[in-house]
Amino acid sequence: MRGRTLELAVGGFMLIGLLAIIFLALRVSGLSMNSSEETYRVVAKFENIGGLTVRAKVTMAGVTIGRVSNIYLDKEDFVGVVEMDIYKQFNNLSSDASAAILTAGGLGEKYIGLIQGAELDNLTDGSEIYDTQSALVLEDLIAKFLVGRVSDEP
Amino acid sequence: MIERIAALGRSGLDILEAMGRSGMVLFHALWAWPNVRTSFPLLVKQIYAVGVLSMVIIVVSGLFIGMVLALQGYNILNRYGSEQALGQMVALTLLRELGPVVTALLFAGRAGSALTAEIGLMKTTEQLASMEMIGVDPLRRIVSPRFWAGFICMPTLALIFSSVGVLGAYAVGVLWLGVDGGSFWSNMQGSVEWGEDVMNGFIKSVVFGVVVTWIAVFQGYDTVPTSEGISRSTTRTVVYASLAVLGLDFILTAVMFGEL
Amino acid sequence: MTSITSTRLQPAANYVEIRDMTFMRGERAIFKNVNIDIPKGKVTAIMGPSGTGKTTLLRLIGGQLKPDQGRIVVDGHNVPELGRSDLFEVRSKMGMLFQSGALFTDLSVYENVAFPLRVHTDLPEDMIRDIVLMKLQAVGLRGAKHLMPSELSGGMARRAALARAIALDPDLVMYDEPFAGQDPMAMGVVVQLIRLLNDALGHTSIVVSHDVQETASIADYIYVVSGGEVIGQGTADEVLNSDLPRVRQFMQGLPDGPVPFHFPAPSLEDDFLRGSSL
Repeated sequence: MRGRTLELAVGGFMLIGLLAIIFLALRVSGLSMNSSEETYRVVAKFENIGGLTVRAKVTMAGVTIGRVSNIYLDKEDFVGVVEMDIYKQFNNLSSDASAAILTAGGLGEKYIGLIQGAELDNLTDGSEIYDTQSALVLEDLIAKFLVGRVSDEP
Repeated sequence: MIERIAALGRSGLDILEAMGRSGMVLFHALWAWPNVRTSFPLLVKQIYAVGVLSMVIIVVSGLFIGMVLALQGYNILNRYGSEQALGQMVALTLLRELGPVVTALLFAGRAGSALTAEIGLMKTTEQLASMEMIGVDPLRRIVSPRFWAGFICMPTLALIFSSVGVLGAYAVGVLWLGVDGGSFWSNMQGSVEWGEDVMNGFIKSVVFGVVVTWIAVFQGYDTVPTSEGISRSTTRTVVYASLAVLGLDFILTAVMFGEL
Repeated sequence: MTSITSTRLQPAANYVEIRDMTFMRGERAIFKNVNIDIPKGKVTAIMGPSGTGKTTLLRLIGGQLKPDQGRIVVDGHNVPELGRSDLFEVRSKMGMLFQSGALFTDLSVYENVAFPLRVHTDLPEDMIRDIVLMKLQAVGLRGAKHLMPSELSGGMARRAALARAIALDPDLVMYDEPFAGQDPMAMGVVVQLIRLLNDALGHTSIVVSHDVQETASIADYIYVVSGGEVIGQGTADEVLNSDLPRVRQFMQGLPDGPVPFHFPAPSLEDDFLRGSSL
């Protein structure tokens, strides 16, 4: 009997451990089955990526449809190149979709927002998004605003 | 002056020798995994002693640390009107740092010291020697199942600690202080990454489990066979294990999260 | 095997032969060129003051320690030269009763006695049960089989440990201070058991002890060891009535003699007249 209660206690302990890992997976980290889903890769070039990081979200209409997988500098054109992994289930994005680097809540994390275009062709693995809008850099904005004010005055 | 340097060199050699001996203990204990029929019941028994008996302190500490984090976090976040970020703050703190580290420290104090005292007592009462005379290697019979039990239990306890902590934070943040439950969970899910946060915390707890159990088992096996010797090695286990955990935590954090 | 035929004694007569054995601990010699023979089927006692390495001698015979020089031949095998598996093989024919009993605290009395059987044999469970109960009956503890070691008195623990030591019907049983710290009644029981088991089971016994009366009453042959040397040997009567001053001092418990009462110190005058400096 003593051996049996011992084994039951150990079994219960392992079960609680298993429940903990399931809880952490589903409830805390929001791991869903499609996060390890297959993806296809799309490239976009930005004048300025302004603080975007790898693993940032890629959204369309506010819904996450992929992640940023890589960021590097194009050594010939001197623009930032962002590679994104888009989930395969969203395979009907049009080839003239536009991408913008946005900021969550004004000061929060940077993410990429895509806007669907009108073309009938779809983005596929290796496609490039040509219509891009760089991150808003506050210093540039202020500078432009000041220059505009100065030139407006007689 | 020369004497001082010589003493320094001697203690350096002593430390190196102790490390060598502890490595040999580990190697001998794990070198051959004896047959499953006899060793599995031993392992179950040790998981009970090391894991199940540590559950109470882990669950209670996890609950309270989660609740305190929620209370403190709420007060700070409330000033910036962003108390809905409470969930992510608590979850990240627990998963990345407090879960593995606090569990390892409690584990060293609860299970590690018990392991050292138990093995030390076995040595002092000649149980290890008599086992050897019967023809059973005490490293395999005594040390090996205890080591594996620590290896299995420590990460499990850390997972339980973090889970209970999150639930404690939920109780305080959502049920008591009135943070919106939906945003509590969704903010948490939005920022906690399975691979980045949960798995890295898990890896940390595995490393801490190995180190703490190793230190505990070795200190017991290497104890001076007197009652004074046992009390000294038990103290050493807690001190060395705690220092090792904190030091390794810095190194692991630097490697895992340092570049982000 | 061939190495022992060259010794001057009949190999068959002695179960253990120690030849020119030296054992150092650090700089200190615990044993210096010691020669000891343990005859087969007899109770041989190794006596001597505390701290002379009597327990160390048993560990040397059991192969837990290695001598710096010399041979320790047990049943025809030179123990220090044996490999791991051969050593375990030789040990399975030895039983040892440790000073503290050394019962495994996490196992019941029954499981303690069954432990060597489970390790060294593949006997079915009911046969193990029969053997264990037989051994426990021999030491009078059959009724205590379900108790844990912590529930036993000191004397009972030692008897249970004795049952474990003889579980595999060893050829050699070594007793490490079997009488130390026992009340007179428990001591009497152990004294009787050692003699009875030796005669009934026909094994060889080595008793290491400093309790003169009890040891002398059961030993066939006694070695007196002190300062790393054998200082006297013979039957119980011979040793008890020995003229050798060191043997006499130990056997009769004289406070002063060749082993001085005073720890070595500077002369009395020097120490007292020098004043406050230590």
